Amino acid sequence: MSFLPKPKLHHPSLPKNALGYTRRDYEGSISTLCAGCGHDSISAAIIQACFELDIEPHRVAKLSGIGCSSKTPDYFLGASHGFNSVHGRMPSVLTGANLANRDLIYLGVSGDGDSASIGLGQFAHSMRRGVNMTYIVENNGVYGLTKGQFSATSDRGSKSKKGAVNTDEAIDLVGLALQLGATYVARSFSGDKAQLVPLIKGALRHQGAAFIDCISPCVAFNNHEGSTKSYDFVREHNEAVNRLDVIFGRDPISADYAPGEVREVVQHDGSVLRLRKLHADYDPTDRVAAMNYLQERKAAGEIVTGLLYIDPEPQDLHANLGTVAVPLNQLDDAALCPGAAALEKVNASLR
Amino acid sequence: MPQPISATNDFVVKFANVNGSGSASANQLFAKSILRMGVPIASRNIFPSNIQGLPTWFEVRVSGEGHLGRRGGVDLMVAMNPQTWDRDVAEIDPGGYLFYDSTKPLPQSKFRPDINVIGVPLTQMCNAAYTDARQRQLFKNIMYVGALSALLGIDPAAIEKLLGEQYKGKEKLAKSNQDAFHMGRDWALANLQCPIGLRLQPSDRVGNRIYVDGNSAAALGAVYGGATVCAWYPITPSTSLAEAFERWCRRFRIEPETGKKRYAIVQAEDELASIGLVIGASWNGARAFTATSGPGISLMQEFVGLSYFAEIPSVIFDVQRAGPSTGMPTRTQQSDVLSAAYASHGDTKHIVLFPEDPRECFEMGAQAFDLADRFQQPVFVLLDLDIGMNDWLCEPFAWDDSRRMDRGKVMTAEMLEAGTTFGRYLDVDGDGVPYRTYPGTHPSKGAFFTRGTSRDRFAKYTEQGAAYVDNMQRLLRKFETAKSYVPRPVEREAAQPARHGVIYYGSSSAAMKEALLALEAEGIHLDALRIRAFPFHDDVMDFISRHEKVFVVEQNRDAQLRTLLINEGSINPARLIPILHYDGTPITARFIRAAIAEKAPALNVVPLAGAAAE
Repeated sequence: MSFLPKPKLHHPSLPKNALGYTRRDYEGSISTLCAGCGHDSISAAIIQACFELDIEPHRVAKLSGIGCSSKTPDYFLGASHGFNSVHGRMPSVLTGANLANRDLIYLGVSGDGDSASIGLGQFAHSMRRGVNMTYIVENNGVYGLTKGQFSATSDRGSKSKKGAVNTDEAIDLVGLALQLGATYVARSFSGDKAQLVPLIKGALRHQGAAFIDCISPCVAFNNHEGSTKSYDFVREHNEAVNRLDVIFGRDPISADYAPGEVREVVQHDGSVLRLRKLHADYDPTDRVAAMNYLQERKAAGEIVTGLLYIDPEPQDLHANLGTVAVPLNQLDDAALCPGAAALEKVNASLR
Repeated sequence: MPQPISATNDFVVKFANVNGSGSASANQLFAKSILRMGVPIASRNIFPSNIQGLPTWFEVRVSGEGHLGRRGGVDLMVAMNPQTWDRDVAEIDPGGYLFYDSTKPLPQSKFRPDINVIGVPLTQMCNAAYTDARQRQLFKNIMYVGALSALLGIDPAAIEKLLGEQYKGKEKLAKSNQDAFHMGRDWALANLQCPIGLRLQPSDRVGNRIYVDGNSAAALGAVYGGATVCAWYPITPSTSLAEAFERWCRRFRIEPETGKKRYAIVQAEDELASIGLVIGASWNGARAFTATSGPGISLMQEFVGLSYFAEIPSVIFDVQRAGPSTGMPTRTQQSDVLSAAYASHGDTKHIVLFPEDPRECFEMGAQAFDLADRFQQPVFVLLDLDIGMNDWLCEPFAWDDSRRMDRGKVMTAEMLEAGTTFGRYLDVDGDGVPYRTYPGTHPSKGAFFTRGTSRDRFAKYTEQGAAYVDNMQRLLRKFETAKSYVPRPVEREAAQPARHGVIYYGSSSAAMKEALLALEAEGIHLDALRIRAFPFHDDVMDFISRHEKVFVVEQNRDAQLRTLLINEGSINPARLIPILHYDGTPITARFIRAAIAEKAPALNVVPLAGAAAE
């Protein structure tokens, strides 16, 4: 890949969003990942989603662990603070950051090694705490940076580039997220930007733990025949349950849809998730049904994608803890220090 | 039969109880009543890793002179646990006293001829007075306090007052406790010779001091220091620190208008997540800490390196216990000195504070946050089980209302707007400390990418050797700057000019002070230096250079502070003589005195003035 710096000059006719930013204002440094890497498509989708949602780039904190996927926050939202932390520990760092300032938007980017192997515990606990965040796993089923070892999301029977067959059961992060109480759960494919961008937008607008498992083929180590995370395999087995649009206000439903084909879910912040049903019976607000459906389709060899579960009125960690509305990092001495007189009373009670 | 021990305001009472029997509050009542008479005490819990059923002891050293270390030896044993009877009886000093429940007769062989036996039929009295099983158990404890008050001359008014305070608003409970207390007291007055040879006399030596445990004090320090985020994982002996933080916060940190919390406490899934939360919160501009013990420190190593290298503040209270591995989880040691000072892989050095008592736990508990923000790195506060989990008599907490949090070098939106150059790892002031920005500060300036990988002065990723070395050297410069910010060592000069010295720290302080007096009485004069922080202030190396030999008193096997001194000051190891106590019990003055006195003749520890006169 090229290491040339990107020119700062923008074409004057580039479209601007409501804040006056162009799409370029949401970009970061040039990617150092391999050409054709699925992760770069996800970065592009994040840029697109933030641009379309009119998010101020500096109000986003982007955090990651270690691995190819965890490098990507450098490649989008250059005006945001980023934190490339420790392998598998992004969830705890993000949770701490979120506690310190509830007013920012938290975007966690991780990979399958980072979240399903070394960081499975932290992944699980951040979900069950209901941290208000968008947590994207760029799932390629393989360790890229260390050159091709199986990860914990590799399917049993999947073949490595060198021909070895994976004998271990795969961890399904979507299944775990559903079980552990995530309130927005989606799966997508880096090769399907039309599906992915709205899912990211919905997640960024969600006021609770939002999880997106995004299958993202590794062109260097996991895009061959026999892999279940290759572009070809995922395209052939992709089974989308719905198509999502995120809108504000109630635009009239266009006449393209037949009655009963569209379902609207209003999120706590007023954003409307408009779901075009691809499977008539799929109800994305029914957690148990979603888990059953996923198990069933998995057994049939399909990869179910779309918005799989949504709780439009989630309760996040701050609500659970009962913290003040003012971000904790903005409280001053007067709010935090009880002072000498109070201390004298403490002393008196200890005699 | 040796002469019964006779002592006023100077003896040791040890209670042998069963864990979970409700004895703790009765023993606490006993201890506090002595304090209320103005007589200093030092009290210690000795307990196993267990919730209910195993033996537990509570030791009260009454010391009119105000010695607060553990003394060793037992003058009066209150033997309430049949399971440990034999070893408890064996522990009593000849001429000492054995207090026991005489309801069930015991064979003569169960006693010793050289001690004084005091039997009180506690169970029988309880069974006669109460029908409820739990009441019988609980009031038995209060009853022995009553009997002891008669035997030792404790002021009954002090006890009644304490019970009144304890059960404020629950008058019925206060009354029933007072009744049980008097039942025991009256029986003793009627049936026993009171008082015995061990006596209490009112004194004024307690003054306005307070009686509190180090964990509560450190937690209160964190409240005063402005901590808003606490992430922790339960581990003895640090658990009560996090719990105390929550207690203090409920009292001091509720927003009056809304009832909402100006703090967030997360019981994390493990110590890795705890320190991760702390680093995330500190990165985002909140003051955050974790409380843990040795095994937790081991687990946090990788993250501590990130905090050091990416320069993110973190405060870690380490209440040390006996290691290695699970070790003796309910016994005390100072054995994390090296693993804290040099925590993590690669070249690292961290600020470490060594409080001597709860008062300093409070002070350093608050100061740790200023240091962490100022130097943007981990700060360890090293308590130990002895300070952390025992109530100590100490100077009252103090706070200056004009004091403000020192948030260190934080570049604001205004500074960025004014065009100030921002390089996250740029040493603009020559002190090694760069500016940082909080996330979300400015729409287009001041954002940077935080990483554990090496980077240049402007936070750009690089693996160039020169940039890496430049950064590592700056980190050393920063550590050098910290020397003058951390608490300075405290020197105590010997009564006569001394050739040799002694260095000590943390919970060894009380025993050391007492040992110095005892050594002085024997003509062994030593200048003494109490180290309060790492990096070592220049005064420390100066002290060592001024003395031929320096004893280093520690509660670990491998002389960890001595190692740190030798390494950091390039000291000739032969000049530092280790005095090491590490069996898990708190160090005593007797031990220090004996260990130094044994080595003293070889060192010719004659006072310089005396030598000159010869």
